[in-house]
Formats: sequence, structure tokens, C-alpha cells
Amino acid sequence: MSEPGWSKAELLVAVLARMLDGLGHVAVGAASPIPGAAAFLAQARAARAMRVTVLGSESHNDFTDGGRELFDCAAQGRIDAFFLGGGQIDGQANLNLVGCGDYPDLTVRFPGSYGSAYLYFLIPRVILFREEHSARVLVPKVDFISAPGVSPPEVYRPGGPHALVTSKAVFAFERERGGFRLASVHPGIGVDEVTAQTGFAFERPAQVPTTPAPEAETLALIRGPVGAALAEVYPRFAATLRRHGEAS
Amino acid sequence: MRPLAALIGEIGDGALLAVPPDYSGVAMAATRALIRRGVRGLRLLAVPQSGLQTDLLIGAGCVAAVESAAVSLGDLGPAPRFTAAVLARRIAMTDSTCPAIHAALQATEKGVPFFPLRGLIGSDVLRFRPDWRVIDNPFAGGDPIVLLPAIAPEVALFHAPFADRAGNVWIGRRRELVSMAHAADKTLVTVEEVVDGNLMDDQTLAAGVLPALYVAGVAQAPKGAWPLGLAGRYPPDRAHLARYAELAKSEAGFARYLAEHADAAQAAE
Repeated sequence: MSEPGWSKAELLVAVLARMLDGLGHVAVGAASPIPGAAAFLAQARAARAMRVTVLGSESHNDFTDGGRELFDCAAQGRIDAFFLGGGQIDGQANLNLVGCGDYPDLTVRFPGSYGSAYLYFLIPRVILFREEHSARVLVPKVDFISAPGVSPPEVYRPGGPHALVTSKAVFAFERERGGFRLASVHPGIGVDEVTAQTGFAFERPAQVPTTPAPEAETLALIRGPVGAALAEVYPRFAATLRRHGEAS
Repeated sequence: MRPLAALIGEIGDGALLAVPPDYSGVAMAATRALIRRGVRGLRLLAVPQSGLQTDLLIGAGCVAAVESAAVSLGDLGPAPRFTAAVLARRIAMTDSTCPAIHAALQATEKGVPFFPLRGLIGSDVLRFRPDWRVIDNPFAGGDPIVLLPAIAPEVALFHAPFADRAGNVWIGRRRELVSMAHAADKTLVTVEEVVDGNLMDDQTLAAGVLPALYVAGVAQAPKGAWPLGLAGRYPPDRAHLARYAELAKSEAGFARYLAEHADAAQAAE
């Protein structure tokens, strides 16, 4: 099999960007180069102006009211999409960013919940992104719920999980049912491999599609304007995108 | 203006100390001075998360408790001394979430006892916070909402680009520093430089000023956020931070780092 003309990072950027097309305001957390690139890609090809806010950036961040403004903005419904990850993610889309074990007696400690316990409730389209696709990360039940995937009807919750994207596959989250459905597997990845490496149960269609590879126009955007926009916040990651462009 | 040693003299053992995140102007020179002085039992409030500063203070044995939404060295990985101390239960860790810390400080800014906040319901963050309450929205009903008690830090400590001699501090758009200062009993600031004149006289500058009204003391500390960065002035010293992340993985490596950067030999800082 010949090498594809794109990298795994470029595939993931393209996958995430398709979930953002048509939105008005996408926010991206700190230390999230692939989601950041996806937001800039969606912005670069948007028919109407898309606002991209990158936390921790000086030039791609219009907030002037301090750290609380992102959260106030989200609660007002002014942010359409955001990305979250987790040390553990379970089949109900519960996220654990705190640690493994019987809290507070932990055996593994993650950094902490950040804003997840709030933003997951309020931003309509939260995309879960975690490159590592393993039974260690994708577990039957998280040890600590930083943010729950679903809420009872009386809880105010305009937001929630939309999809889970990993290095192997894309899952759609079905909010009515409160579970994931395998939407596609990435090129070169088998459904059996995905099933074996996923610790939670999920629905799947009889025929699982392959995640579409990034088109030539998409790759040109990623290697051009997207890489340039990213360079301020993620200089090392932006440099790898540009290098790949020069090599191809 | 006061000497740095006198400024940090205002921070006593056991103080509830509010500190900003790594990108927002962290008073690192002051932090090293606190470590050299041998401060003990600090209760850190990260507004709303922290990194190097908290890790360093924990590793040096200065911390009894931390309340934070997260502690991490960002893309350089976990904060090693924080992680080790939490796993060994050597510090009392209170897990929060970013907007809850902002909101609890806003309550103190407004002089009210609590603040309501969306989200949180059904999370273990809420379940392990006996100090937080869920009530039914009294104006609508059938709408559960979380109430957070106000947080009033004893001291807020941060680093900013410049101040005038009257104690007005320019913080620009980093307005979480304003919330911290409004809510704290005492706000201590280190600055890169001290400028002539009064910052409040220039309307363009005044919009980004924390007025002296809220500031208990200012000390000049050039490169006072190093090895972290200060927006508009200097970037983080990534090579240094990477070396810290590596050394701090072990007790011995951390001790070596402290000896190099926070022992009496650097007392001139």
C-alpha cells in the first residue's frame, strides 16, 4: 500500500473541521493544536464570517473581560462549538479529567476538570477529541465524572456531546439514547480493531463507512493559511504542518 | 515602591493566597523569595488554574491546601510535584471548575454571600463539594441551580508590566487580576517597571488599570514572571520550563532545581 498524501494530523483536522462548517463562533481551549487547526480550516472556507477564539492566544482572542468571559459568553449562547477531551471517556460520554481510583484516593491524577463541568452543559456542539484510542481511555464507566454526558430533563442543558473523534474512528453521540454510534473508521483501521480497543459498548451500522481522506483543496488550506494562523499559538505544530506541505 | 522581601513579608504562614494562571502574569520572582523565606502552610486558590508556581511551592513544602480547576504544566505535561503530593494525600486538594472560581470571587466583589452558577449538576465535582448547594430557582421553579459560597482570599499576588508611584497598576486585558484584587483583603503586585506620572490621567491607559485603591503594595521585579512569560513583554522560557518538567519528576531532581534557582545564593533577586 502506498503512503497516503496526508498525515494523520491532517486527516483529524479535516474530520473535526467538517463538524464546524456553517457555525458562527468556535472556541478552542489551550494546548489543543489539532482542534485549533480544524477551527481555522472551517473559518478559511466558511461562506459567512466565522469567529474563532483560541484561549491563551493574543491575536485570536477577542475577550477583554478576563478568564470569566469565555464562560459568560458560553452561558449567553454566544459560542456554538467547543472541544473537550478526558483521561477517561465512557459510553455515556461522561468525562473524567481528574484521575483514576476511588476519589479522593486516586492511583492516577490528571490535571483537573478545567471548565468542563460547565461548558459541557452550555455549548450546543461539544466535540470530544482524544487521539489515544484504547480501552484505558475509552472505559465502560469513568472513575470520576468531571462532566456528565447526559442530564435529567429538569436540568438546564442547551449543550452537550456531539461526537467523539480519536486516532482510529469517529463516533456520533445520540443524545436521545445517551450513547455512541460508530460513524466511520479511519483509512487503514478495521472495525474489529476499533471494537477491541474500545472499552464501552456502542451501536454500529451493518456497513461502517471509512472516514473520507482530506481533499486536495483542504490540504492546501491546512498547509497554507491554517498553518500560518496557528503559528502564534502552536509554533511547533504549525511548523510540522508546513514541513509536510513542502515535502509533498 | 517596596523591596521584594518586604512585599512578600505581608504573606504569612497559612495564608489563603490567590494566584493567576501561567499566562496571566505570575509573580515568580516573589514566589522564589517566598520559598527562600520558608513560608509554610499556604492555602493556594488558583484563579482558576495554575502550573509552575503551584508545583514549585508544593515541591518546596510551602503548601497545605490547593483549590483549583486544574494544575498542569500545559503542553509540557503534568505538574509533577502537584501530582505526587495529591496521590500521597500530602496536600488537601479541592477540585473546582474554572467558572466556579471566577463566580465565587465575583460574589466577594459584590459583597454578597453566594453566587448561582449553571452546569455542574450530576458531576462528581459538585458531589465532592459539601460547601456547594443546589436550590430550586426561586423565580421559575423546576429549575435546579448550584449556589457557590463567596471566596475572599487573604492575599492576591501577581506580576504586571508597569505601575506608577501612586500604586496604580496597569494590567491591560487581564481582568481576572482585577477580580482577584477586588475580592482579596490585600493585593500585592510585582512589576517590570515603575513609570513617571499617574496612570489614571491617561484615559487610554486608565481603562486597563487596577487602581491603587485595591493595591496594598508594589515591588519592582524585572523579568519577575520568568521563566513564565508576560504578555506583550517576553515569552515563556520554554527550554527552562522543559528542564523543570524533567527534573521535577523526581524528588532529587526537584531538590537540584530548587538549589539552583531558589536557595539563599540568589537572595539578591
